[in-house]
Amino acid sequence: MAKVVLKLGADVSTDIIYPGRFMATVLPTETPQYAFADLEFNKKLKAKEVAPGSFIVADKNFGCGSSREQAASCLTGWGLKVIAKNFARIFMQNSINVGLNMVICPGIEASEGDELEIEGGKVVNRTSNRSFDIVPMPKARQAIIDAGGLIPFARKLVLQAKGHS
Amino acid sequence: MGMTMVEKILARATGQAAVKAGDVLEPKVDLAMSHENGALVINQFNEIYKDTGLEARVWDPARIAIIFDHRVPAESSKTATNQKKIRDFVARQGITKFHDIRGDEGGICHQILPENGYVLPGTVVVGTDSHTTSHGALGAFSFGIGATEMAAVWALGKILNVEVPGTIKVVVEGALPRGVEPKDIILHLVGKLTAEGANFKVIEFHGSTIRRMSTSGRLVICNMTVEAGATSGIVPPDAETVHYLKGEAGVKSIPPLFGPDADASYDQVIEIDASKLEPQIAFPHTVDNVKPVGAAKGIKVQQIVIGSCTNGRLDDLASAAAILQGKKVARGVRMLVFPASCRIYQKALKAGYVETFMKAGAVVMNSGCGPCLGVHQGALADGDKALATTNRNFKGRMGNPNAEVYLGSAATAAASAVTGEITDPRTVTVARAKETPKKAKAAKAKPKAARKVKAAARKPKVVKRKAAASKPKAKPVRKPAKKGRK
Ligand code: SF4
Repeated sequence: MAKVVLKLGADVSTDIIYPGRFMATVLPTETPQYAFADLEFNKKLKAKEVAPGSFIVADKNFGCGSSREQAASCLTGWGLKVIAKNFARIFMQNSINVGLNMVICPGIEASEGDELEIEGGKVVNRTSNRSFDIVPMPKARQAIIDAGGLIPFARKLVLQAKGHS
Repeated sequence: MGMTMVEKILARATGQAAVKAGDVLEPKVDLAMSHENGALVINQFNEIYKDTGLEARVWDPARIAIIFDHRVPAESSKTATNQKKIRDFVARQGITKFHDIRGDEGGICHQILPENGYVLPGTVVVGTDSHTTSHGALGAFSFGIGATEMAAVWALGKILNVEVPGTIKVVVEGALPRGVEPKDIILHLVGKLTAEGANFKVIEFHGSTIRRMSTSGRLVICNMTVEAGATSGIVPPDAETVHYLKGEAGVKSIPPLFGPDADASYDQVIEIDASKLEPQIAFPHTVDNVKPVGAAKGIKVQQIVIGSCTNGRLDDLASAAAILQGKKVARGVRMLVFPASCRIYQKALKAGYVETFMKAGAVVMNSGCGPCLGVHQGALADGDKALATTNRNFKGRMGNPNAEVYLGSAATAAASAVTGEITDPRTVTVARAKETPKKAKAAKAKPKAARKVKAAARKPKVVKRKAAASKPKAKPVRKPAKKGRK
């Protein structure tokens, strides 16, 4: 069980998640400091007031805009999980590739401070005592998630292609 | 059932007779583009090979393009060092389609790719940039991916689990009124679809307006399909595509053209009457917040930006110069012009546009992304309002979350620069448009070549995948029309 630490609306762009002016910073180890840089939430993150495993809950089309992978890796770095009604395509793919924990939940209703749990294909809101269905990942994408991200997944393929195992 | 344009491309790329929306494929990649974020791709690419005992070599150095554009010349030592890292990698791997910071061949990736003939109809193109959708203008399936995904493409030469997208068909008919440009069509469409209306889908463009439009205008339209969430935009290739590739991009051999099947199935069909369209403005802070220019009348602006991969091409500069000729940029307004590539810059110099801009008080900057993404050059002050021909107006986009960005066409931007407030370009005087020197020359000096292109145009070759395959959708056009204005 973990808390909703940030509640956002629809169409949260990658410029909000990771402003363009920090794009010269690319390494996943360095990007977390700029997560939501223009929101108060960034200060909370840096003050370590946000527990790893906490939830961000958003409406539709989370991560729209640019293809910058920093927008996914900056959240992974804080161990955050994102639940949204749906995600923009490139952001969703990036999240899978860099191992960001993201959940598609079209009916999600939660407020900041609510305690959520992911259980049996549902998001359970322990505060409101309601549960909401999760849209499962297509198999091919789940395979990448199960491998721990695209890098280990691709490594396996590269080795296979060269006849290693 | 027939296939859409993108279904046909993906069927060919995977060697299948037919594919349908929802199938998950691993298509081969014909071209893989990155810009400065190549530094991250290199990092992830090396990670893939870590502890494998294998040498990290890209699958095909001739199919990788790297263009420096986002922060040129480097704004910080960090960027400069990233660029150096990429330069070294390019040399080591033998990557040839590399465009460094240079006045002869540099520019924004989404202009460099088309103008150098790197994108061909019917191919699969990926880029670590969301506006990679642009290249659908040439009939390619072209879409944006992240850096780690690109690292896997560099290693494997294919892109893993691409879900065949559903397609929205957009039919644009009628002649654009004076002062209305392709930018206004796509702003209108994004407003109609909303920011997520085309999420995970492709938008396929048809209709007489698109057929008459130059490749430059088609690039504008495909560029911004991602603002409606689309995986890509695509224009079935035709005579204009051939004309552009041979004439502008110097491509010698063009693969046989094909269009979608007549009985392809579309998720949605949208019709737009271009003749009724007015200039459009996207209000802050979302691109789908679109209203006719009249709704923005009187909004004072402190900065005008003309450029970017959306509207930094020669016809945009021509359109703006025609309005600015003999006029002045209003006091209190900073007007910044960024030609999309150095080739365009040089043509704008020859055509006298640069002189017109400078005499009017505009600052003409080097080719590149400039203020578009708010990293360097042209940041906004707190409380500033800007009108830009770029493609995004998200909060913070132009370097300051306490400023506002409005989006419009080059004509609207130029008209607004003169008055200092958002202005309908149909209400200002326009100098008689000069033929661009290149176009005039092409018409006079190369009648034979032009005839050949036209001949090819009349009979586009069609690859029939099935006996029942339909005739090409693409109707031959005699002369590529000028973008936007008549
Ligand atoms: S001009 Fe703007 S939108 Fe286009 S590639 Fe550059 S930063 Fe991206």
